[in-house]
Amino acid sequence: MTECWDSSTFDAVSRDRRWLLPLLCAAGAACGGPFPQSSLRPRSDFAGAIDRLFTDIFWWAVLVFILVEGLLLFIIVRYRYREGAPTPKPTHGHTLLEIAWTLAPALILVFIAVPTMRTIFATQTDSPAGALRVEVVAHQWWWEYRYPELGVVTANELHLPAGRTVALALTSADVIHSFWAPGLGGKRDVIPGRTNRLVLRPDSVDTLLGQCAEFCGASHANMRLRVMVEAEPAFQAWVGRQQAGAASVVKGSLAEHGQQAFRRYGCVGCHTMGTMSTAIIGPNLTHLGSRMTIAGGLFPNDSVHLTRWIADPPAEKPGSIMPNMHVPAGDLAALIAYLRSMR
Amino acid sequence: MSRLKRLMSWLTTTDHKRIGLLYFYTAFVFFLVGGLEALFIRAQLAQPDGHVVSAETFNQLFTMHGTTMVFLALMPLTASFFNYIVPLQIGARDVAFPRLNAFSYWVFVLGALLMNASWFTGPLFHAGRLNVAPDAGWFGYANLTSRQYSPGPNIDFWLLGLQILGVSSLAAGFNFIVTILNLRAPGMKMMRLPVFSWMTLVTSFLIITAFPVITVALVLLMFDRFFGTHFYLTSAGGDPVLWQHLFWIFGHPEVYILILPAMGIVSEVLPTFARKPLFGYTVVVYSGVLIGFMGWGVWSHHMFSVGLGPIADSVFSATTMLIAVPTGVKIFNWLATLWGGQLRFTTAMLFAIGFIALFTIGGLSGVTHASPPADLQQTDTYYVVAHIHYVLFGGTIFGLFAGMYYWWPKMTGRLLSETLGKWHFALVFVGMNLAFFPMHLIGLLGMPRRIYTYSPDLGVSTLNLVSTIGAFLIGVGVLVFIWNVWRTRTRGQTAGNDPWGGATLEWTISSPPPVHNFDVIPTVASRLPRWTKTQLKAIPEGAKLAEIHVPGGSIWPLVTALGLPVLALAPLSHRLPFAFVGATIILLGIFRWAFEPFEA
Repeated sequence: MTECWDSSTFDAVSRDRRWLLPLLCAAGAACGGPFPQSSLRPRSDFAGAIDRLFTDIFWWAVLVFILVEGLLLFIIVRYRYREGAPTPKPTHGHTLLEIAWTLAPALILVFIAVPTMRTIFATQTDSPAGALRVEVVAHQWWWEYRYPELGVVTANELHLPAGRTVALALTSADVIHSFWAPGLGGKRDVIPGRTNRLVLRPDSVDTLLGQCAEFCGASHANMRLRVMVEAEPAFQAWVGRQQAGAASVVKGSLAEHGQQAFRRYGCVGCHTMGTMSTAIIGPNLTHLGSRMTIAGGLFPNDSVHLTRWIADPPAEKPGSIMPNMHVPAGDLAALIAYLRSMR
Repeated sequence: MSRLKRLMSWLTTTDHKRIGLLYFYTAFVFFLVGGLEALFIRAQLAQPDGHVVSAETFNQLFTMHGTTMVFLALMPLTASFFNYIVPLQIGARDVAFPRLNAFSYWVFVLGALLMNASWFTGPLFHAGRLNVAPDAGWFGYANLTSRQYSPGPNIDFWLLGLQILGVSSLAAGFNFIVTILNLRAPGMKMMRLPVFSWMTLVTSFLIITAFPVITVALVLLMFDRFFGTHFYLTSAGGDPVLWQHLFWIFGHPEVYILILPAMGIVSEVLPTFARKPLFGYTVVVYSGVLIGFMGWGVWSHHMFSVGLGPIADSVFSATTMLIAVPTGVKIFNWLATLWGGQLRFTTAMLFAIGFIALFTIGGLSGVTHASPPADLQQTDTYYVVAHIHYVLFGGTIFGLFAGMYYWWPKMTGRLLSETLGKWHFALVFVGMNLAFFPMHLIGLLGMPRRIYTYSPDLGVSTLNLVSTIGAFLIGVGVLVFIWNVWRTRTRGQTAGNDPWGGATLEWTISSPPPVHNFDVIPTVASRLPRWTKTQLKAIPEGAKLAEIHVPGGSIWPLVTALGLPVLALAPLSHRLPFAFVGATIILLGIFRWAFEPFEA
């Protein structure tokens, strides 16, 4: 049990929810470390407002639960059948009681409804001037992020500065998806033909996990995302690197061989790569080497996984639109070297 | 009777009791199918990165688990009690339209078989795999269901199967409304109607009003998929969100279609085993009716994440919270029924009490969903999966099991074993809580529903393993029940007219009842005829009894029903001639049915 109580776990659960820890530990779940995708770990104003509201409602529910289940248990014990007891009095009803237990729940619901309405209106505001605008485009099965003011396009890993309000504009390239990074707040569906909005202010530096929350086809489970909330200077540095052009390849190197393979195997038909291609069916790969993950946040971005991925995408990710291009081993190694050099 | 004759007597039966049994056994088989699908799902999710089934198969499993449980197991199981019990409770000799009743049953079986044929017919569609079952979730959101994103026959099976099942539900709904309103015994005023029959009436009204909505939604989808229309496609000005509105305008009343009959059963079982009349009968009935009406004004609470705007969110949040009031009132009235009673803990009673305990939890997690901001973190996660299973398993299935133990002696003449029954209850109660309670946490910790695999990084592996163990425990419990049913055929204690000391009319006649139910239609003078003295008028000595009219059997409902799946083969196979064959069978069936002599 003791290892459950280390500080990282403790920190992963918000203060008013720490009573949950023993419960989670008992279930053995907390021992797995912090919960990077937990909704009980708010890291923005939006998530915080939801968390406070849910905590309120939760305690009301606990109160009613104890009342009803306690009463039920009491009745079961107190009024169990006893040999020779007289037939119970046939009571048919009681008007005052009926009124009382109609009004009591209604009153509790008022206590829930008022903060609910407040939170609804507080969390669905227009974005303030000066907010960082990000366009989120959902694809089967990956996320595209465009920063129109910064001229940055990336995939699956959303970089945000801590302490600045962000306005996400959500659109879909195909079917309905749902953008959900629990640490940032509630999910919002991404619907073709509509632009949905989320306005929130991340409040602490952290890496949050999330994933698509609306069933969107074969690899719905593999449509994952990461949110890197960084301090302003770190964010600016990241933006600077993304704004730079594609890294150049050394003449005669393996990477240069890979660059030719990138063209030869038709990768350019779907992926943007610096100035070489501007296709937008798949993720922009200009700075792939700088990302932590590949294939919709599914695998770590290392040579082993990259090789396995390009060798047979549908085998790694069911339904993948990226086909198996039957790249021979030699070309594959070159391709990997090239992609990893695109930092 | 020769074997063939016996078979024919079941194929042509119009006896509500036999149709009730047919509904029961068929629906129970589909309950097992849906349960098996659930066990596959749980086996896959027992650990992260599971490899029991493929992604494609997993997506078919959860779609068919939901569709099967809602449309092929729970609804027809409640229909089996409507059929068997309601005519007995209201003092009728059969339902109002016996042949239409048989038609409902046959349409249900054939629609269910058509939809499940998708598990084996992949090769017929050159799909490269055996199973081409529906795979877009039980609420099949557009535009994933469009031909572009679901090119295979999977969604065709789903939409055609559901269309056919809708015909069955509508026919049954009309039948029970007319039956309950028109065939009540003399003196059975509406406010003397047993609560189960009342809830059947409310449910039937919900069915006839809600099913047309999904029928329209499915027709539009069919046109999109087969005839190139764009109702749900943005490319020509359509909108996929239209499907969500239509589906949930049907879907929320559907939740009450599933829960109200179970509430009716519980309202019969609790008084019988507490030896006390139902507390606040009038309030329980009116709150049931109120829930039925209010169920129409809450559909968008399934769509808070769509982004309908703060006004819509607030309105639907308020209506949803309001519906908790009549629901709470029911729970308090049940508690008051038990208060001061002499509680006999038969298996039926245990399941009814279990219903109160578990449905309360489902209701409370429902209140957290009613708050849109909180719901944004919970919807489409395992938290909502926990919620629906506390409502539909802890609620509906516990209510149905209570009904099975309660009415089994009436339906078969033999009592189910109480010892095995208690094992059944214990296993299912513990299993259900192990399976579904951890899901609340799994969801809050960030695991979405409908994912065939999850990362060990989420920290929910142990909780998922516990949930899987619980699911298999439920499976063991259900096996105990099946064993109980099997041994009761020969070894069960004979029941007599009334093994429990029930208050309502079905307990006045033999078990199982004769074909015509009542030798003399009883005259009712109170709400609890068997608990009130000097109730049933004795037949005067030597009185001449009127001849009893019993409708004869008919094969034409079955023939007519057969036409529907044949008709569905046309779009499924893209071969027009099937449509003509199907339509001919339907017309022939209706024609012969219409001109059939009234008596056998």
